[in-house]
Amino acid sequence: MLKSSLGAAAVALAAVYALVVVPAEGQMTTMINGSVYASYGILALSLALIWGYGGILSFGQAAFFGLGGYAYAIAALNLGNTWAALVIAVALAGASAAVLGYFMFWGRISDVYLGVITLTVSLILYRFLNQTAGDEWTIGSAPLGGFNGIPSTPILTLPGLPDEPLSPEQIYVLAMGALFVGYLACKLLVATHFGRVVVSIRENEMRAELLGYDARLYKLGLFTFAGALAGIGGVLFANCVFVSPNMFNLQTNGQLIIWVIVGGLGTLAGPVIGCFLLLMLATFLGTVHQGGGTNWFDPNLVLGVLLTLVVVALRKGLLPLAIAGFDAIAARRGQRGRLARAADPLVCEPQAE
Amino acid sequence: MTEALILEARGLTMRFGGVTAVDGVDLKVRPGELRCLIGPNGAGKSTFFKMLSGQLRPSAGDVVFKGISLVGLPASRIARLGIGIKTQVPSVFNGLTVAAGVTLAARRSLPPMLARARTDETLARIGIGRLRDRLVGELAHGQRQLVELAMVLAPQPDLVLLDEPAAGMTADEVSRLADLVVELTRSSAVIIVEHDMQFIRRIARDVTVFNCGRVLAEGPAGQVLADQRVKDVYLGKEAA
Ligand SMILES: Nc1ncnc2c1ncn2[C@@H]1O[C@H](COP(=O)(O)OP(=O)(O)O)[C@@H](O)[C@H]1O
Ligand SMILES: [Mg+2]
Repeated sequence: MLKSSLGAAAVALAAVYALVVVPAEGQMTTMINGSVYASYGILALSLALIWGYGGILSFGQAAFFGLGGYAYAIAALNLGNTWAALVIAVALAGASAAVLGYFMFWGRISDVYLGVITLTVSLILYRFLNQTAGDEWTIGSAPLGGFNGIPSTPILTLPGLPDEPLSPEQIYVLAMGALFVGYLACKLLVATHFGRVVVSIRENEMRAELLGYDARLYKLGLFTFAGALAGIGGVLFANCVFVSPNMFNLQTNGQLIIWVIVGGLGTLAGPVIGCFLLLMLATFLGTVHQGGGTNWFDPNLVLGVLLTLVVVALRKGLLPLAIAGFDAIAARRGQRGRLARAADPLVCEPQAE
Repeated sequence: MTEALILEARGLTMRFGGVTAVDGVDLKVRPGELRCLIGPNGAGKSTFFKMLSGQLRPSAGDVVFKGISLVGLPASRIARLGIGIKTQVPSVFNGLTVAAGVTLAARRSLPPMLARARTDETLARIGIGRLRDRLVGELAHGQRQLVELAMVLAPQPDLVLLDEPAAGMTADEVSRLADLVVELTRSSAVIIVEHDMQFIRRIARDVTVFNCGRVLAEGPAGQVLADQRVKDVYLGKEAA
C-alpha cells in the first residue's frame, strides 16, 4: 500500500535525521532539548495508544511518567546499578498502571470519570512529593527533596561500566532511539489480534463482550503496557533533566492532552509530532519571552489559542490533516477510493499489511 | 429429560425499579430447536434476551445453559460458552470494515488462517461477500443487521438469539434470512423474536408468546396463533 510505505519512509527518514544527522552536527543545545522532547514524546505515545486506540481517556497519564522517573532515581541512588534501576522503574510504572487499571476497569469506570480518577491520582502524588522536603523523607539513601526533586540522580552508565555515566550526546541517542523503538512497538501492538480487539472495544464495548472478549482484560493489558511506556519516558527524563514533583502536575498532564489532540487522536506518530512541535514552540516563545521587550504574551496562552484553533478548525489534528491533504492530491491523480477510505484516522484498521 | 435441553430458564425475573419487565418466565429449549418468541412491544422479549446473554443480571430465577448456570457470569464468558446474540438495535463496529468485524468474531476461537476462511464462508452464506471491504458505518440499516448476523454466526454458537433480525430488510433479504434461520438449526438452537407474521408463519415450529413479562401461550405455531387470547393481545396492542 502506497500510503503506509510513505508513512514508513517518513518515519525512517526522521529516525535517520534524529539519530545520525543531529549527533553528527553535534549541536549540544539541540541534543539536550531533543532528549527532553524524546522523553515527553514517549509519554505522548503512551496517551496516544490508550486514548486513540483503546478509547481510554486518562487525564493523568503523566502519573506513570513521574512514577517511572522517581522509581529510577530512588533505585539508582540505592542500588548503584542504573540499568537495574531502569528495569525496576519501568516495572513499577507498569505495575502501578495495572493496579489502578484493575480497580477502574473491574469497577466498570469509564469515560470522563476514568479521566478524573487518573488525574486525581497524579495530583495526589504531586502534592505528596511536594511536601517531602524534610530529612525524614528519604528512601534508603535517596532524599525525596520536596519540590526540588532529586537533582543528584545518577545518570545511566555504559552497560558493564558502572563508573562511566553516559554523556549528554549518548543520552540523546538513547532517548531518541527509545522513542523510535517505542513507536514501532506500539505500531506492532495495534496490528496484532490484541490490538484489533482493543480497537473493537473502543468502537463498541458491548459488542466485543458479546463476541466473547472480556473488555476489562484487554483494557488492563493496554493500560499496563502504556503505563510501562510512560515509565520509560520518565526514566529518560530523569536522565536528561531530573525528577521533580512537576512531572505529575496539572500543566504536564494538560500539555500532554494538547499534544495528542493537536497532533491527531487516533494516530501514533501525530501526537509525537504534536509534542515536538509544541515543545519547540514553547522553547522558542520562552526564549523570546525572556529576551525581554515582548513579554506581553504568555507561552501558555499561545498554546491555548493553538489548541482551540486545532479543535475548531482542523478537528482531527495535524497528521490526519496532512494525510487528508496527501489523499486529495493522490485522488486528483486518479487514485481514488481506497486511499480516501483509509484516510479516516479513526479507522484504526492497521494499514501495515 | 433435562439432558435433552440446551437451555432452561426457571422463574427468570427482571425488575427495573417498580417495573417488572420479565416476571417468572420458564422456558426450555432443545438442541437444534427453532423457537419463535412473539408478543407486543414492551412484553419483555428483549429484556429476556439480555438476561440470557449476560447484558443484564436477573433479579430472580436461574438460567442453565449446557448444564452451567449463567446467572452472574459476564457477557464475554457466556459468549464463550456458546451463546451468540443479535441485538434489537444493531450492535456492530461502525469504524471497521465488514470483513474486519467478522474476522474478529471468528478469531476468538480460531487461529488467523482459519478465521479468515471462516469469515469468507460466513459472508458468502449470508450473501454479503460484496460488502466485505465496506465500512460498516456506511451501510444501510438492513445491511448492518446482516453484518451483525455474520459476526454472531462466525464463531458457530450452539444457541443463537435473534432479536427482530428482519427489521429494515428488503423483502429479498427477509426471505433469504428465513432460509438461513431454518438452515441454521442444523447446527444450533435458535430463539428468534420477530414481529413479521409472514416471517413467523414461514419458519415457525414452536412459538412462545410473551405478554407483560409472562408466558401467555406456548406450543406449535398453528395452534398458538389461532389462540383467541393471543389474538386479543396482539391485535389489541397493534391496533392501539
Ligand atoms: N433498562 C431499562 N430500564 C427500565 N425499564 C426498562 C429497561 N429496559 C426495558 N425496560 C422496560 O421493560 C419492559 C420490557 O421491555 P423490552 O424487553 O424491551 O420489551 P420488548 O422487547 O418485548 O418490546 C418495557 O416496559 C420497558 O420499558
Ligand atoms: Mg424488543
